[in-house]
Amino acid sequence: MSEITTVASTPEQLAVGFARILRRLEIPTPLDSVLTFITSLSLVGIDDRDAVYWAARATLVRQPEDITVFNRAFAVFWEHRESIEAAEEEVSKMTLMLDTDEEEGSSDGNAEASDEPSITLRFSGVESLRDKDFADYTNDEMRQAQKFMESLRVAGPPRASLRTVPSHRRGTRPDMRRTVRASLAAAGEPMRRRFTSPGEKSRRIVFLLDVSGSMEPYARALVRFVHAGVAGRQRVEAFTLGTRLTRVSRELSSKDPDRALRATGEQVRDWSGGTRLGETLRLFNDEWGVRGMARGAIVVILSDGWDRGDPAVLAEQMQRLQRISFRTIWVNPLKVTPGYAPLARGMAAALPYVDEFVEGHSLDALERLTRVINHA
Amino acid sequence: MVPMQPTTTQEVAAGLAEHGYLADDGLVTAVFLSLSLGRPLFLEGEAGVGKTELAKTIARWQGSELIRLQCYEGIDASQAVYDWDYSRQLLHLRAAEATGEARFSNTADLEGQLYGEKFLLKRAVLRAIDQPAGVRPILLIDEIDRADDEFEAYLLEVLSDFQVTVPEVGTFTATTPPIVILTSNRTRDVHDALKRRCLYHWVEHPTFEREVEIVRLRVPEASDVLARQVAGAVQALRGINLYKPPGVAETIDWATALGKLGVTEIDEIILERTLGTVLKYREDQTRVQDHGIAAIVQQAFDAGLLHG
Repeated sequence: MSEITTVASTPEQLAVGFARILRRLEIPTPLDSVLTFITSLSLVGIDDRDAVYWAARATLVRQPEDITVFNRAFAVFWEHRESIEAAEEEVSKMTLMLDTDEEEGSSDGNAEASDEPSITLRFSGVESLRDKDFADYTNDEMRQAQKFMESLRVAGPPRASLRTVPSHRRGTRPDMRRTVRASLAAAGEPMRRRFTSPGEKSRRIVFLLDVSGSMEPYARALVRFVHAGVAGRQRVEAFTLGTRLTRVSRELSSKDPDRALRATGEQVRDWSGGTRLGETLRLFNDEWGVRGMARGAIVVILSDGWDRGDPAVLAEQMQRLQRISFRTIWVNPLKVTPGYAPLARGMAAALPYVDEFVEGHSLDALERLTRVINHA
Repeated sequence: MVPMQPTTTQEVAAGLAEHGYLADDGLVTAVFLSLSLGRPLFLEGEAGVGKTELAKTIARWQGSELIRLQCYEGIDASQAVYDWDYSRQLLHLRAAEATGEARFSNTADLEGQLYGEKFLLKRAVLRAIDQPAGVRPILLIDEIDRADDEFEAYLLEVLSDFQVTVPEVGTFTATTPPIVILTSNRTRDVHDALKRRCLYHWVEHPTFEREVEIVRLRVPEASDVLARQVAGAVQALRGINLYKPPGVAETIDWATALGKLGVTEIDEIILERTLGTVLKYREDQTRVQDHGIAAIVQQAFDAGLLHG
């Protein structure tokens, strides 16, 4: 098999075979990208390894995170390209990936309508749960609590947008488009002036959820709260912090909570592991926050502040974060513990750079948190 | 001028180099495919790795006009595609009224005059599409990640069939589709649907040897040794975990600054004094001080010696 005599494959076989490998490695490879790859191969040829590699990179990879996996896949593929045959059965599956972009509006209404009768029933159950500590929840109670969390509307306070809306007040900016229209309707008669004023837009919210071992009793409840905040809304982002930083906005955006939580669980590899809070915050700042995601945003950190790393690192990163964000809110489920003082070194280091320090151990606490976020 | 269509990747590499841009194999292939397939090219990477510069260089090389659209939060069609020249429309209306024309003509006529091409302000996207046959401008959509998702959806439509409809005037269709280059600093993920329309390339910092070549090409007054030392120092700086590792742009700035100062070799004093051209964060400058200026200079010096 390792004897390479001549390249037997055509561009089509080569491309389809390689796409099959990528899909198996969970790099999304839609059909139209494969078609572009085939056309590209006809331009650069299929004999030169580098040419084929770069053509594949340009047409099949769409984010830098995939490059390492892609490189490994390509190396293996190029070695064995004669033995890999084009996959026929895969074709029908591909179409599934093509159009999953948006599903808004209708599904929302339906869900609410069908849930109506059961809400009251569940609500009485929830009432007794309201100030119960998440750490003492049974699985069943967790499910009831989830319904309640979904009813909390997390929405950032509005900020002025660059877009303008028609205004009735005089003295704001003139609305030329509507002024021309109005005077045209009057055939050039002395006209009525129209005005616009800046519109509003909700601020971005970024959730940073600590999933380290010490947070375990709370993380499983708080991840549901974060899901309720992310699902079905734009401009809300979510990350988990542990020994590494994982972005879970996409996983949590599914409206079906079970699906969202399962996808998140698969994505987060360091669930209940150690903590390197300062280091992971630094990663967040470097790769997402400072570049723009946290700028002018409301950053909500859900963590008990236990950090095995150097507290100075955490303090420095919190300072960076606070400088660019609109509000920094720290949610600590341990805050309510009698006699609690922010003894965790990390928490003590971070506190000077926190705008709001709130508890997050129960449904009542989360309801208060929602108010804090919405009126930040 | 009719743009040339490169037939090999080597041609692209040579063309870009001739106009002052040294690209690696991956970027060259991506540019070649983009030009040949007529697909937009989506460039992502750290700030300062030369994404915008590439678009400018392609324009110089192809002898085409560069039409740049800088994105920002809240950008919409009236700033990116077209708008009406309202002040002139109003003047026209007043004039029609004054000459009595308004009284004789009906509203539809007047409206036809007002909303004609004469009063249409063509912004970047429409200008790139509305070109005479054979002219192929470069449309640079810079920092698309700063725009809102709604705008992205709009672009998606424009980039798939290269046409824009102005309800009052009609549909503009590109006879020769423009070469489109999109850049992103990745402050947020751009929608997958938009990326799928494009060829994608993640632009990395150059290797040491390439960076030396870039400095020699862009800063001819810098000596061979200085070029190697500057590149060596910058590579060393990238290795020490800075908030904003210096990009190629900073390397070139720094080499130019050193050239202006008449420096022929980097030493500790020079490095400390000119650090501000390379590092733009106070924390980063402190970090370099902590790491040791001497260590950086040593690395720069070693780099200067190798085959130097």
